[in-house]
Amino acid sequence: MNRIAKAFAEKKKLFIGFITAGDPDLATTKELVLAMVKAGVGIVEFGIPFSDPVAEGEVIQRADLRALAAGTTTDKIFDLVAELRRETQVPLVFLTYANPIYAYGAERFFTRCEETGVDGVIVPDIPYEEREEMRPYSEPHQVALVPLIAPTSKDRIQKIAKIAQGYVYIVSSLGVTGVRNQITTDIGAIVEEVRKATSTPVAVGFGIATPEQANAMAKVSDGAIVGSAIVKLVEKYGKDAPHYVYDYVKSMVEAVERAAQK
Amino acid sequence: MTKGRYGIHGGQYMPETLMNAVLELEAAYEKYKNDPEFKAELARLYREYANRPSLLYYAEKMTQDLGGAKIYLKREDLNHTGAHKINNVLGQILLAQKMGKKRVIAETGAGQHGVATATAAALMNMECVVYMGKEDCERQKLNVFRMELLGAKVVPVASGTGTLKDAVNEALRVWTERVEDTYYVLGSVMGPHPYPEIVRDFQKIIGEEIRAQMLEKEGRLPDVLIACVGGGSNAIGMFYDFIKKENVRLIGVEAAGLGVDNPKNAATIANGTLGIFHGMKSYFLQDKYGQIAPVYSISAGLDYPGIGPEHAYLHDIGRAEYVAATDREAVDAFSYLSKMEGIIPAIESAHALAYAMKLAPTLPKDKIIVVNISGRGDKDVAAIARYMGVDLYE
Repeated sequence: MNRIAKAFAEKKKLFIGFITAGDPDLATTKELVLAMVKAGVGIVEFGIPFSDPVAEGEVIQRADLRALAAGTTTDKIFDLVAELRRETQVPLVFLTYANPIYAYGAERFFTRCEETGVDGVIVPDIPYEEREEMRPYSEPHQVALVPLIAPTSKDRIQKIAKIAQGYVYIVSSLGVTGVRNQITTDIGAIVEEVRKATSTPVAVGFGIATPEQANAMAKVSDGAIVGSAIVKLVEKYGKDAPHYVYDYVKSMVEAVERAAQK
Repeated sequence: MTKGRYGIHGGQYMPETLMNAVLELEAAYEKYKNDPEFKAELARLYREYANRPSLLYYAEKMTQDLGGAKIYLKREDLNHTGAHKINNVLGQILLAQKMGKKRVIAETGAGQHGVATATAAALMNMECVVYMGKEDCERQKLNVFRMELLGAKVVPVASGTGTLKDAVNEALRVWTERVEDTYYVLGSVMGPHPYPEIVRDFQKIIGEEIRAQMLEKEGRLPDVLIACVGGGSNAIGMFYDFIKKENVRLIGVEAAGLGVDNPKNAATIANGTLGIFHGMKSYFLQDKYGQIAPVYSISAGLDYPGIGPEHAYLHDIGRAEYVAATDREAVDAFSYLSKMEGIIPAIESAHALAYAMKLAPTLPKDKIIVVNISGRGDKDVAAIARYMGVDLYE
C-alpha cells in the first residue's frame, strides 16, 4: 500500500498541511515539515513556487515570490525531499503549475519524484481534459495525480472522481486560495457525488483556517486541507515559524481527529 | 490531442473552477458563430458603430521616400475607440449578451482592449471591470480615465511586473470568484480554447477587407503583410484570410525592447521556449525551471511573455516569419509616419512599420506591402515625449 492510502487507512480522517517550499528558505521548510509531522499532520503538501500562480490568493502568491527570491528551484526541492525521506515517511504531495513540470520535462520530473519519494502531484491548471499531459509520465512512476473538484464542477464531478488517484481535492469555495470567514458551498452534497464514483478518499481545502472549520469539513469528508493559514504564520515569523506552526497544526489535527471519533 | 489545437499548441489548461465556464463559452460560440441573425447583428455593429470597413490607404509619400515596394496601410486606427480591439470586443460582448451575462471583465495592456470593452459594455448596458497592470496604468493614464468615463471600473494590478501578464493573472483569479454571472472578454488570440479561435474569428475581418480592397485597387493580392505581435490578435486578423495563399508573405513583428540580445525584451518567438501558461501551450519567455520571465517593451500592448498558439504553429510550419523591432526603431517609425503621412500610429503598430521601413527598400517597386496600423498613437504621445526627453505638462 502506498503512503497516501496507508495514511488514510490508519487514521481515517487526516489533517493535510500545505507550505510553499523555500519560504523563507529551504532549511526552514525542512524544519516546518518535521514540526508538522510531530504535530500529527496526515499529509504534507509542498508548493513548488511559480512566478504566476493563478489559482492562489495573495498570501500564497507572496510566499511563492519569497521562495523564488531566495533562490528556490525544482532541483533544490527534490534534494530537500530526499533529505526529508531519511527522517519521515509522511506522505508528500507536490502542488505546482503545469509550466514548472513541463519546463523540467514531465518524464524527468516524475522520475525524480519516484527517486526522492514524492507520493502525489496536484496541478491546478491541468484539468481533466489535459490530464494526458501528465498521466503517461506520472503513472509508471507511481505518483498519484490528485484531481481538483470545484463548486462549479457539477456534471463533471463523477468523471473526475472516477479517475482520481491518491485523494480527491474538493475546492470548498469559488475564487482563489485564502482564508475565508465562512464556507457556504454544500460540501456534503459534492462529497456524496464523489463517493458514488470512487472509493478514493476525499479531502476539502480552500478557505479553512480555524479548528471549527476543519472539524466541520472533516465531518463530511476524509480530511481538511489548510494552506494560507499556515503560510501566514511562516510569513509572520519567518525562520522562527516552526514552533508556531507546530502549535497551530496540533490544534487543527485534534479538531480533525475529533471528527473521526463521532 | 485535445480540443483547440494548432499543431501541438493551444489546448485548455484551466483551473477546474473555470472549466465549466470555458465549456459553456465553447458551446455558446458553436451555437452562434454561424447563426445568420448573430452575424447580421455583428455586421451592423461593425458598419454603423465601429466604422468598418477600415480604409486601405496607399502611403504614396512613404513609398517614394523609401524607394522600393509599394506600401499600403490598413487603417485600423480609424475604428471607433482607435484600434482593432473593437472588432473582437463587439463580437464577444454580443456573445455574452446572448449567453445572458450582465457583467464583463477584461484585462488590458496598453488600455486599448480595456477601452474597447468599456465602450461595448456601455453600449450593451453591462457592468464592466477592467484589470490593468499598475505600471501600465502609469504609462497609459489617459486610457485609464477614458475607461472610467465610459463607466467602467479600472483595477490596478500591483503583482509581478505590473504589466499585461499580471492583468491576465488577476482577471483569471477574479473570474473564479464570480464565474456564474461574469463573462471574461479576453483581448488577444491567447488563453484556453475557445478564446484563440473566437478572437481570431472576430479579427479576421481585417484580412478579408484587405483582400477585397486590394483586388479593387490593384487587381491582385499583396506580396507581404506586416503586423505587430504581442499576443497576436491584429496579426492573426490580418493573416488569417491569406494563410492558404502561399505566395503572400506573412510577417509578425515582436517587441525587442532594448534589443533581442538584451534581457529587457518581449520577443517570444526569438527568445522563448515551449511552455504551458495562461491556459495554452505555446512559446513563452521563461527560465529553465519554467518561471515566467519579466518582459519589457516601450509598448504596453506588446509587453507580454507569450504568443498566441496559432502564431506558434505558423512559426513551426514556417508559414509566417517572426522578426523583432526595438524601442528605438519603433519610436523612429512612430515619428516618421507622423511627419511623412500625417498619421500618428500606436507605438505597437510602429513596430510593424519599423520592419516595413527596413524591408521596403530591398524589394522591387512592383511588389506590394500592407502594414497593419492596428491603432492610433494619441495614447502614446505623452510616453513618447518622455522617451524623447520632452517634459509635457498636461
